[in-house]
Amino acid sequence: MTWDWGAVADFMPYFWDGLWVTLQILVFGSLISFALGLVWALLMRAPTRWVTWPVGGVTEFIRNTPLLVQLFFLFYVLPEWGITFSALTTGVFAIGLHYSTYTMQVYRAGIEAVPVGQWEAATALNLPLRRTWTVVILPQAVRRVVPALGNYVISMLKDTPLLMAITVLEMLGQARLFAQQNFQFTEPLTVIGVAFIVISYLASLALRALERRLVH
Amino acid sequence: MSTDTHAPFEDKPETPRATGELIRLERVTKRFGDHTVLDNLDFSVDAGKHVTLIGPSGSGKTTILRLLMTLLKPDEGVITVDGQQLFPAPEKQVREVRKKIGMVFQQFNLFPNMTVLRNITEAPVTVLGMSKDAAEERARELLEMVGLTDHLDKHPAQLSGGQQQRVAIARALAMRPQVLLLDEVTSALDPELVAGVLDVLRDIARSTDITMLCVTHEMNFARDISDQVLMFDSGRVIEAGSPEKIFNEPEHDRTREFLSAVL
Repeated sequence: MTWDWGAVADFMPYFWDGLWVTLQILVFGSLISFALGLVWALLMRAPTRWVTWPVGGVTEFIRNTPLLVQLFFLFYVLPEWGITFSALTTGVFAIGLHYSTYTMQVYRAGIEAVPVGQWEAATALNLPLRRTWTVVILPQAVRRVVPALGNYVISMLKDTPLLMAITVLEMLGQARLFAQQNFQFTEPLTVIGVAFIVISYLASLALRALERRLVH
Repeated sequence: MSTDTHAPFEDKPETPRATGELIRLERVTKRFGDHTVLDNLDFSVDAGKHVTLIGPSGSGKTTILRLLMTLLKPDEGVITVDGQQLFPAPEKQVREVRKKIGMVFQQFNLFPNMTVLRNITEAPVTVLGMSKDAAEERARELLEMVGLTDHLDKHPAQLSGGQQQRVAIARALAMRPQVLLLDEVTSALDPELVAGVLDVLRDIARSTDITMLCVTHEMNFARDISDQVLMFDSGRVIEAGSPEKIFNEPEHDRTREFLSAVL
């Protein structure tokens, strides 16, 4: 086995396409998981079981079934019911939905960690419930959960190659395509391996910077 | 003329000041599990009076303040403030009555994500509908009164406990309550910071007509500001009277025991 820089150069156009798709999955998947996770966490605090039981059941189900099965389900079964999206859109939604069932637990812990005295002060000042959430509780809760949310972003990055299974050509998909066309496996797989490390490192730097900004 | 260092402070109430009886608890009972904290309690406070609740811990003093602030609900009984029922009452009425009441907590409970100024202006703007400018002007006056004008852009974590508690007092007063509930407001402070907070409260007691309900272990402070002292034991008022009477000539054995333990 010899290392061929020529193959690296040939792979680069495929690589950039794959990188772009991987980053889209990561960014939009994260945003969906952050937003939906917060929605689940808030719904789980609803005063009635008519809300908390269905939400709890559905999220428990999603969290405990494999992402790959969910990808196949959304990609192959939904079109039978007349619902069709592109592979990338389906994949982004699936991964965002899957991870939202983890981020909801992070938010829950963050909300519960806000001292009860904060709720009491808000009541004593007669703040409306909605205002109490938006200016008192959530700002303090979100600040606490940024590190934990960051860990799920890194986790999600490592799950993005699963989308290859529903024909999305992210980095691994492009590497496989290139390898099968050129019978060169070492170079493309090494390149994307390095790329995964670089992206997680940059993402962790960005999150640390965000944490520092949120201290105040 | 007062000779203290604080700026003179004048207060106009948000709601018209009541005269006569302002707070009334009738046959109020509160239980936590099997433990009865307040036992069929009858209790009233006249407008403008400064009432101090003393007694051993667990005797129900703090519970009364928390019931009045609607942080707890009684199991039985009726609570009335300024002629309007606070319990039992629909949520809308509770919000209306709660406007008349402010509270300062043992642990300050400032909002750590907001500046000192914003801590004080948030509720006047969102609850009373004051303009931001008017609320900030009032916050500055209040911060001057508590001696913290230089700190309005800081966050609570940058202040000492005593400074935080003075901000919390300013925050409560910014809502122009008729009643101020003080729940062991110096208990969490380092000893050298207690005097500054008590001075501010003496100043408020002297220069405003706000009704004060105070749970404290600072007996000298209680003697100074109180019109009436109530001695609690096991969820009941066992003795009530002027500070002179309670501190100098207590009638009840339990009061004597308690005072000799704390004084």
